[in-house]
Amino acid sequence: MSVLLEIQGLHKRFDATEVLKGVDCSVAQGEVVSIIGSSGSGKTTLLRCINMLEDFQDGRILLDGEEIGYDTRDGRRRRKPEREIARQRALTGMAFQQFNLFPHLTAAGNVMLGLIKTKRMAKEAAHQLALHWLERVGLADRADRYPGQLSGGQQQRVAIARAIAMQPKLMLFDEVTSALDPELVGEVLQVIKGLAADGMTMILVTHEMRFAFEVSSRVIFMNGGVIGEEGDPKTMFVAPKTERLAEFLKTSSFN
Amino acid sequence: MIDLNAFFDELWIARWAVLQGVATTVAISALAIVFGSFLGTVVGLALTYGGRLTRLLFRAYTDFIRGTPVLVLILAGYYVLSTIGINLTPFQAGILALAVFCSSHVGEIIRGALQAIPKGQREAAMAIGLTFPQTFVWVLLPQALRQILPTWVNTAAEMVKASTLLSVIGVAELLLRTQEIISRSFLSLEFYFFAGVLYFFVNFGIELLGKWVERKTTIPGQG
Amino acid sequence: MGYTLNFAAVWRGLEQLLQGLALSLALAIAAILIGAVLGLALAFALKSKSPWFNRPATVYVTIIRNLPILVLILFAYFALPQMGIALGKIESFVATLAIYSTAYLAEVFRAGLQTIPRGLTEAGLAIGLTNGQIRRSIIIPLMLRNALPSLSSTLISLFKDTSLAAAISVPELTFEARKINVETFRVIETWIVASMLYVATCSVIAALLRIVERRLAIPR
Repeated sequence: MSVLLEIQGLHKRFDATEVLKGVDCSVAQGEVVSIIGSSGSGKTTLLRCINMLEDFQDGRILLDGEEIGYDTRDGRRRRKPEREIARQRALTGMAFQQFNLFPHLTAAGNVMLGLIKTKRMAKEAAHQLALHWLERVGLADRADRYPGQLSGGQQQRVAIARAIAMQPKLMLFDEVTSALDPELVGEVLQVIKGLAADGMTMILVTHEMRFAFEVSSRVIFMNGGVIGEEGDPKTMFVAPKTERLAEFLKTSSFN
Repeated sequence: MIDLNAFFDELWIARWAVLQGVATTVAISALAIVFGSFLGTVVGLALTYGGRLTRLLFRAYTDFIRGTPVLVLILAGYYVLSTIGINLTPFQAGILALAVFCSSHVGEIIRGALQAIPKGQREAAMAIGLTFPQTFVWVLLPQALRQILPTWVNTAAEMVKASTLLSVIGVAELLLRTQEIISRSFLSLEFYFFAGVLYFFVNFGIELLGKWVERKTTIPGQG
Repeated sequence: MGYTLNFAAVWRGLEQLLQGLALSLALAIAAILIGAVLGLALAFALKSKSPWFNRPATVYVTIIRNLPILVLILFAYFALPQMGIALGKIESFVATLAIYSTAYLAEVFRAGLQTIPRGLTEAGLAIGLTNGQIRRSIIIPLMLRNALPSLSSTLISLFKDTSLAAAISVPELTFEARKINVETFRVIETWIVASMLYVATCSVIAALLRIVERRLAIPR
């Protein structure tokens, strides 16, 4: 399998605190990678760096061979121009913990906005495509509803449709079920499972250990800003190699 | 372009006029605020606790006042009152107009604050046997005041600004004094600027006072 | 008292008053349109994290909000010519009211921006929108909806401020009313009609904005 995402020596500081202290990893085409770890371990920051929602101070992120966010010329590192970064961000899709749907647009309108503005699609074509993706997440009948008229689970599914409609090479999920009532978690996880089955390359930051276990081809355990341990879910969850991971698994709800 | 020497000469000559102007502005604003707040409290209470007809009447009053420019209130008050035989000096008529203007503002502030108090507060006070006046004084007002005071202080700044309009009917407050000095000295740039600076500092002071009051009146534990 | 109401003289003057009202509205619309554009830019400057933007913006708003508008009007019309900036009455007044309304509208817009969650910007970035596209498609539409209720009272108060143009003899409604008052001595009638015209116009402005608010309301 070819490598889709390559992260080399990633460092990220917020003022004086170093959140990522040199992260190296790669994700192959079609892989589903779960990132687990306690809060403050840097897992969400790592995800946000991949989408350039956070600047980072050192290291490189390569998506399909293309360097994300920065150019290095004559040994000097420069942030790419805003337009270029916007284009690169569209190569990855992201779903957020708080859904972040645009409240003044319908479900279809949310999905269409990126298609029209970024992909320069005609309105009608964008609408058709939006309906297609809403159908894919089981919400074709809610296309004309506004976010305020949808349940949390439905909102998150629209947010996922909005992201995958851009046909990203890589999908990022940032604790997408954490803000949901327990009874709504299932429908969202079902959608993600479906995407995994279709061969979408995905990285998930999650607290749902059971789900990570079921859906992932690989699990990364973040600890103190570095990768503490990684491997296939069975070995990771059943026979953790490090003390830290064993402890973390004990305190998190894996049943 | 700007003649500072001439400005200071003229300012020195006119120093008493300027001070009288400042004093008149302060007096107008203070009286308008006092009368306006008193009247406004009545309006606010009527709007909140009045019967249907009372509420309707006072609603019409505030809507009318708030829909009319202050300058029109001042001119109308001045001309109309003398026409119907109530002879007020421009100073008195002006203060009356400003007080009426102030009352509609204060009335709305008080209504807003009283209505923001949960209904349960009134019921709880009644339940322990307080009469309505007691409930108002000991339960409702102390809570409402915290919301009223900062906005009320801002109304004071509004009154200082509105007091300039009395120059139009010939009240010798700061702005009219300034205009008189300019008509004699032709230093319009310098003296309008000077007046602007004086007004700015008075109002900015009031604004800071408002912020201070806002900090002081926050109930601990209620952000 | 010895005063009997007689509206006949005012009816004759009504056309004059209506012309005055038309000019009042024109002054308000011209000034507010300019003020809205500048105020929008200023609102983003106020919210900016860079002191190069937010400091000057804050200073501007603080100065304007603490000055009586009549002083500004007189300054612009009588004092600026001393600096070589001589404008006609109407231009001078519109410019002053525009500068004045910029500060107030900026405050209204800034308050509207305050409650928009940061996550919406991130969601826009994540689907590849540029910052400009996010402002136009997401931030400004939401800000306007948030701002509409307080925008109504600001617009009404700016409209009422056009009455101060009378102080530099711009023939708007208050100026015309005062003229009829002096010419006909039908004092009470004149001021009743003039203030009714103001009150009615303010009600129309409020009603229009309520309609806009209702049409833009997000179903929930």
